[in-house]
Amino acid sequence: MPALRDFRRRIKSVKSTQKICKAMKAVATAKMARAQAAVLAARPYARQLHEVLGRVGTASRDVENPLLTVREPKKICYVVVTADRGLCGGFNSNLLRTATREVQKWDDVRLVAVGRKARNFFRFRGWKMDAEFVGLGENIRFEQGQEIARFVIDKYIAGEYDAVYLIYSKFVNVLVQQPIVTKLLPVEPPADEEGAEQAEEASPKKASVEYIFEPSPEAVLNYLLPKYVENSVYHGLIESKASEQSARMMAMDAATKNAGEMIDRLTLQMNRLRQEGITKELLDIVGGAAALE
Amino acid sequence: MAEQTQKVAIVTPERVVYGEEARFVQARGTEGELGILPLHTPLITSLAPGLLRVQKDGKWTVFAVSGGFLEVRDNRVVVLANAAERPEEIDVERAKRAKERAEQRLASKDPEIDVPRAKAALLRALTRLEAAGGKH
Repeated sequence: MPALRDFRRRIKSVKSTQKICKAMKAVATAKMARAQAAVLAARPYARQLHEVLGRVGTASRDVENPLLTVREPKKICYVVVTADRGLCGGFNSNLLRTATREVQKWDDVRLVAVGRKARNFFRFRGWKMDAEFVGLGENIRFEQGQEIARFVIDKYIAGEYDAVYLIYSKFVNVLVQQPIVTKLLPVEPPADEEGAEQAEEASPKKASVEYIFEPSPEAVLNYLLPKYVENSVYHGLIESKASEQSARMMAMDAATKNAGEMIDRLTLQMNRLRQEGITKELLDIVGGAAALE
Repeated sequence: MAEQTQKVAIVTPERVVYGEEARFVQARGTEGELGILPLHTPLITSLAPGLLRVQKDGKWTVFAVSGGFLEVRDNRVVVLANAAERPEEIDVERAKRAKERAEQRLASKDPEIDVPRAKAALLRALTRLEAAGGKH
């Protein structure tokens, strides 16, 4: 039978845990707002890049580019993006579960880990990683995405990878984060929907708008394709960051609530015990007095 | 009479730097300087690191752009820059340090040095300093 003092100690410890959870939730909320803003701010660029690439792709259909060459997929690289830290509910484990499933589809898989959790996960399971990028910090810069993208692009051009996929957590909303697998390489140029329609309507010779390219469509494409890959990686990183922070916020919110419930329950038990003690003492006194009479 | 304008947007991967109706855009393309007035023909060109100037209501706004490309279409000019800054945002000290570092690298003749990269870094730093110096 635990004594009153034990209950007091338990309550005190749960209370301080609750305080930590609350503080972490507040921090995650603030960081999530920032990460979300970054995702929104990055959208116009992504949209424009997408559009332009579609148009350039249509205009220079037969251009050869090492990033467009499709090879028979044998050596597959996965870039797995997780958080650096835990305490964010099922965020990392959901993503890594998806990654594990994906990885089993192929015989020859190479890994690039982004985030400490991904690295430790694969290291623990004895996987070899071609590269690891950890400790990216809270505010993701474009250069960080660029660095990862350049690494896989170089390997792809060198023929060490036949296809590169990116696995990251998409920020759907605060409650939902969805693991996403997208193909980075070879680049599949987005179709220029508008242009394609116009091309069908008009004579096939005069496809949509006639652009002047400086220096040439090839040169522009050579510039655009790596940018497109870099931007895709950057996009994955910031989406993942926003997802991580919202997952952490939800997890910490639940933890704070659970701690509150635990405190209530412990307080009730403690009061019951105290009341029991008082009743017992009263009975003793009343019993003693009755015996004297 | 209101002068004819075109939509001008400067976006970087991280944010939208500029988005307004303006009269004239002057940029440094890889093939040379170019100026774009409203109703320009569709064009896509890559940009060299350099200053980009936008004229609106007779006033010039300057940006330091470190490479990227520019698309003109339907009376809209879209600049997709790797980075673009207003002169007042530029960290002059940092740009100076970057310039010195790049110059040292180029001067050192070390075979390990990535010359094109150092040159690009030098150019970026010079552009930033030029924009911050307010020479225009």
